[in-house]
Amino acid sequence: MSSIDLKTIKVDKVIDARGTSCPGPLLETKKAITAVPIGGVLETRSSDEGTKADIPVWANKVGHKYLGVISEPGYDRIFVKRLK
Amino acid sequence: MSIVLFSGTVDKLMAASILATGAISMDMEVDFFVTFWGLNALKKDMVASNTRFSRDFEEMAGPMMQLFKAKNVPSWYETLKKAKTNGKVRIHACSLAADVMNVKKEDLDSIVDDIVGVGSYIDQADGAAITLFI
Repeated sequence: MSSIDLKTIKVDKVIDARGTSCPGPLLETKKAITAVPIGGVLETRSSDEGTKADIPVWANKVGHKYLGVISEPGYDRIFVKRLK
Repeated sequence: MSIVLFSGTVDKLMAASILATGAISMDMEVDFFVTFWGLNALKKDMVASNTRFSRDFEEMAGPMMQLFKAKNVPSWYETLKKAKTNGKVRIHACSLAADVMNVKKEDLDSIVDDIVGVGSYIDQADGAAITLFI
């Protein structure tokens, strides 16, 4: 999915984990995914560099779909679709 | 995941608690076997007051603690408590270390689940995909 699609995607929940260190944003993502309806999209905002690497791996392991990342100055917006 | 926590210095306690948080975030269960200095660090009167750092980098203790604070990194104890709240983390104290160091269950922080022998730890490690000695 291109970043153009991500910019207009409907997001069901946004987690702002900016300012928290690894693995805080990952844990917040794991906690928040259950608050999103199945088929819905969760956006995690993280200023920790490792999170954009960790969330795709996590999504793959636990069975959700990683949609992509938009890099903003100083932080990333990471999108995951809840599949189950 | 299985972690033998032998060390009791803040830097290594932090590494252990962050790894445990990573594991529960990835939907893994974590068993800790805390022994010797790790057991000492989990005593009620130690969890908040411990400022010991690894000897090799002792002179870095102060600057590192300041950096952790500046970067908003929670303490190892807060991190471990949060991991336990949000995932399956079990903390087992070593019965031999408890005996030698005269530590009773009631001397340990409530984060510790039980006191077990090394046989129980081997059984947990045998079934774990990842085993770490810290």
